[in-house]
Amino acid sequence: MTSVVLRRVLSTLPVMGVVALFVFSLLYIAPGDPAAVIAGDQASPEDVERIRAGLGLDRPYLIRFFEWVGQILSGDLGTSIFTNMPVTTMIAQRVEPTLSLMLVTLVIAVGVAVPMGVIAAWKADTWIDRSAMAFAVLGFSTPVFVVGYLIAYLFALKLGWFPVQGYQPLARGVGPWLHSLILPSVTLALVYIALIARITRAAMLEVLGQDYIRTAKAKGVGQRRILFVHGLKNAAVPIVTVIGIGVALLIGGAVVTESVFAIPGLGRLVVDAILRRDYPVIQGVVLLFSFVYVLVNLAVDLVYVLVDPRIRY
Amino acid sequence: MDRRVFLQASLGAGLIGASGGLAAPAIAQGAAKRTLKFVPQANLANFDPIWGTQYVVRNAAALVWDTLYGVDEKLQPQRQMVESESVSDDGLVWTFKLRSGLKFHDGEPVLAKDAVASMARWSSRDPMGLMIKGIQNELVAVDDLTFRWSLKKPYPKMLLALGKNNAPCSFVMPERIAKTDPFTQIKEYVGSGPMKFVAKEWVPGAIAVFEKFEDYKSRDEPSSWLAGAKRMMVDRIEWIIMPDPATALAALQNGEIDWWENPLSDLVPALQGNSDISVDIADPLGNVGSFRMNHLYPPFDKVEVRKAVLTALSQEDYMRAIVGSDDKLWKPMPGFFTPGTQFYTEQGGDILKKASIDEAKKLLEKAGYDGTPVTCVVAQDQPITKAQGDVTADLLRRMGMTVDFVATDWGTVGARRASKKPPKEGGWNMFHTWHAGADCLSPAGYNALRANGEKAWFGWPNSPKTEEGITAWFEAADLEAEKAALVKTNEAAVDDVVYGVTGFFLSYQAWRNTLKGVKNGPLPFFWDVTKEA
Repeated sequence: MTSVVLRRVLSTLPVMGVVALFVFSLLYIAPGDPAAVIAGDQASPEDVERIRAGLGLDRPYLIRFFEWVGQILSGDLGTSIFTNMPVTTMIAQRVEPTLSLMLVTLVIAVGVAVPMGVIAAWKADTWIDRSAMAFAVLGFSTPVFVVGYLIAYLFALKLGWFPVQGYQPLARGVGPWLHSLILPSVTLALVYIALIARITRAAMLEVLGQDYIRTAKAKGVGQRRILFVHGLKNAAVPIVTVIGIGVALLIGGAVVTESVFAIPGLGRLVVDAILRRDYPVIQGVVLLFSFVYVLVNLAVDLVYVLVDPRIRY
Repeated sequence: MDRRVFLQASLGAGLIGASGGLAAPAIAQGAAKRTLKFVPQANLANFDPIWGTQYVVRNAAALVWDTLYGVDEKLQPQRQMVESESVSDDGLVWTFKLRSGLKFHDGEPVLAKDAVASMARWSSRDPMGLMIKGIQNELVAVDDLTFRWSLKKPYPKMLLALGKNNAPCSFVMPERIAKTDPFTQIKEYVGSGPMKFVAKEWVPGAIAVFEKFEDYKSRDEPSSWLAGAKRMMVDRIEWIIMPDPATALAALQNGEIDWWENPLSDLVPALQGNSDISVDIADPLGNVGSFRMNHLYPPFDKVEVRKAVLTALSQEDYMRAIVGSDDKLWKPMPGFFTPGTQFYTEQGGDILKKASIDEAKKLLEKAGYDGTPVTCVVAQDQPITKAQGDVTADLLRRMGMTVDFVATDWGTVGARRASKKPPKEGGWNMFHTWHAGADCLSPAGYNALRANGEKAWFGWPNSPKTEEGITAWFEAADLEAEKAALVKTNEAAVDDVVYGVTGFFLSYQAWRNTLKGVKNGPLPFFWDVTKEA
């Protein structure tokens, strides 16, 4: 198993290399100029040109690319054009809110969606099933920002239970941390709940029709055990797959959720960087996201082995 | 989990929420009282007010760095860090003496060498500073508190240059910081202003924190914009960046923030209906809407075509697209200088009062317009530019012009507008922007009005008679001469259509009633603002 993990981790290197080349090239050909943004609206064209030269943006593509790759190989993601801060520092400032948001969202989503999907399959074609699936359709089709505004209006402005915006670091205690994350996480979790619940239901419906389930029932095994041990374990592969795929959804959704709830996370960092053409920051964050995504896929592959002994690498 | 356990868990969660959370260890009441939470107009993405000239940087810098002079609400420069000044009879040698006892945030005294290094850096970037630098003989420290600026020819606007609020302002930094190349960003944020910048708490895009500088030596005169006393009544100011206006609205209503610099006009009715919140005009000097035409390429290389566009445009259409139905927020502006100020004039501006499509069509025909497409580059991520761009595209089409509407973002417009290539090769014919009214008071900080061809602002207008008027203003010895010069400038700039003025508009600011002392002005002034519990 260790060698499998090592091999898979090593195989991420070429993937990251391709991502790096792609991101750098895309930004190189994209229109826009950070020097113009820095110089401001009153700056003269000469000022803009001098700032561009000062930032080294007037140098050829290949020189800039290889310099950047050299920096990355030495563990340096570069320095933000705008803030003059190391990109690693900026990412470090923003990692905790985004990871916290994703973690709490994941816990809420899996905690709600899997039982919902299991129960919907168990009670297939009843009002419980239809209600669960109607909820899933609603969750999937309502934009994240609409959900965010609605629940912020109700639970923050009207009821005053939660703050409208902001993030409390974990260092200030689990209570404040969780309190600041409930609304954004529920907002982000809805679409994810919808996705997982539908897949769980479909997978469970297939499993519950299998002979071994009928046999278990005939042997008098309890309903809960049939559903959550015999059924869910055998339906787990597609569910785990969709949870993994959903991490990409979470990254995309975090951008919107962080804006709506003013959470200082990586999503907002990269959007701000794109709008200003802060190339080192965009490149650093996209590389990080790619790396996380590759790792999540690795984790999903490893979980397959745990839930389905037939799978071998 | 059975039903009872589920209900107990749900009730528990509800109680936690209802109790205001899991006992957030909030800052003590006293500390909360002394912290002012402010949502600025934009993200403070960098903090070098000479390197980056965005308004948000200037606004934050005014807390941290002091200036030699500061303009007051009558737009007159007043002494700030300077105790006295003298100018030789021939107007060539200025001698400035600093106030004694001024300190930087690191405890070091403010000396003449700091002012000299700071003025040298500032004068390499600021338009007025560059004019001074162009005629500079020598800029030297005479002793610890005195420095001398000698010139090759008189520069009557010296004090205005040193005190104006247009970015970049002449902020004074310690010599070691001010020696940084003006095109390279500084790395230390040490000033002598009333607040210290807390760099370790700065998360660009999220929060910037300022703490009261206890050793700040305030002036005794009453506070007036950038002049006079700067007494801080709060200990800490947090600038909280909120990209989403709806979130800022909710946060202000919920008491999570105290002051919002620029609420969207669409959201203002919701604020005005809240008895806990005050709403007022933010900056009485407002903003000037504009579109730039590229004078280098057809069709706008012909003044007749530019005039046809001015003849057709309705400033009301533009202003309503920007501010909506609130009539308090806009005015027609048939001229180039900020309405309601001393140099405002409508002389020569009749063409901007017509709004006649028929007449415009005739002018176009007379000019021989041949259907050349107008590449109109419009930033969609800025509500003001998007609104103006939509109005212009419709206007040009109604005039019978062919429009190549390029919908893009501000970052792209910022780069593309600098291109002097033909529109088909990545250049442009037209883009939209706006200028702070404070920049359009006079030619002092008004780059957009310059019409010196290749050296002019984007669009590169070439109007010698406009430049003559501007030069006459800089050399004018008294107010009457200044006014006369700017009447000529206005006439010439309209006649040659240096750029298209789309109107004058204002915006609101909003704050909770627990704040007292919030003023109107070209930037948010935090001095004398108190916060009640």
